Amino acid sequence: MTLLLTHYNYLVVVVLMMAGFFIVIAQGNLVKKLVGLNIFQTSVFILYISSGKITGGTAPILQDGITAYSNPLPHVLILTAIVVGIATTALGLALVIRIKKAYGTIEESEIQQRDHTC
Amino acid sequence: MLSGIYGFLSASFFVLMDAVDVAFTEAAVGSGISPLLMLLTVALVGRHEKQNPGRGLPALVLVTITGALLIIGTLSMPDFGSANAPAQTHVGPYYIEQSAAEIGIPNIVTSVLASYRGFDTFGEVAVVFTAGIGVLSLLMLKSSTPETPAVTSAHKHKILRIVSKILIPPILLFSLYVQFHGDYGPGGGFQAGVIFAAAIILYTMFFGVDIAQQVVSSALLRVLAAFGVLLYGSVGLVSMLNGGTFLDYSALADNPITGQHIGIIVIELGVGMTVAAVMVMIFYCFAGQVNTAREADE
Repeated sequence: MTLLLTHYNYLVVVVLMMAGFFIVIAQGNLVKKLVGLNIFQTSVFILYISSGKITGGTAPILQDGITAYSNPLPHVLILTAIVVGIATTALGLALVIRIKKAYGTIEESEIQQRDHTC
Repeated sequence: MLSGIYGFLSASFFVLMDAVDVAFTEAAVGSGISPLLMLLTVALVGRHEKQNPGRGLPALVLVTITGALLIIGTLSMPDFGSANAPAQTHVGPYYIEQSAAEIGIPNIVTSVLASYRGFDTFGEVAVVFTAGIGVLSLLMLKSSTPETPAVTSAHKHKILRIVSKILIPPILLFSLYVQFHGDYGPGGGFQAGVIFAAAIILYTMFFGVDIAQQVVSSALLRVLAAFGVLLYGSVGLVSMLNGGTFLDYSALADNPITGQHIGIIVIELGVGMTVAAVMVMIFYCFAGQVNTAREADE
């Protein structure tokens, strides 16, 4: 039980990650797959940020009279990852729009069908 | 809408975990730009989807097994908030103890981002720029005729228009504050870039792409996006010419601390320009697609 209390951040991460994973593999709709990937991505962000947290620590901005700071390194990595993430998501959405134009559908099964008949 | 709330929620998570810089970015990206792009795509590809019977159950089983395995794996991970975790004992303390003397700015996140890991950040800016080019080449903006301004539904709402007119200048000012105050408080190029882009996107939503393009043309955006990356890279080259290594800002001035200050301010400006320009460019592309689709329908 104490393990549950000290590790609850990992529980949150795993639940979110699996929710995203489920959407990616169970849905045939390409937009929904991207939403799933987004949720998956956020869970990774939370994993990193929570690993940088120190109990009693504060935000990593130097001030007098404060001794414990959170680890700044995960913050840096995730900060840039969020912006890169939105840029790549936009690229994925642009691909979906082009697929819709070329195939007339964004359902995975229908796209595969059309590929085989051609 | 839900994904907007989700983005905002995860931003507040990050504040709780003392990651203010990250929270800034997530608030602007997760609750602003990302759901908007999703909505635009849904508007383009249609909201109807086919049901896929028979895929849910195997996926659920697979996901449950993977989740259970992952949870078993985390049991041996360090406790949440532990100060003795491996992540806290290697390079993290070095940054916290030495950055004040070596870089001389209070915000450790900025000094790690721009100076210690400057290479990494340069690569990330390049990735953002490349993604922008990718979207641009996939959804090439059609040169829409200026005499048919795209009237969106929000265009007609007087209250929204007036409120947005009051709100947009403070948002722009705030993003500049975040940009140039990044050394001392939470902020920096990435955050300022997305906030600036969010303001322009807000304007585009209310007044249409054509009117927004008279303010910020897409040609200007392309130049800005490329210029930001170039500015970043040329700071590295200048420090090489001054006898340092690539992106070693201490070589920029006689006093190493002053050099670091100059270097960080300039590269953050480069980052901000590229990020803001790419985000607005992506939004123009998507919104332009929606407009052409609507014209084709009529």
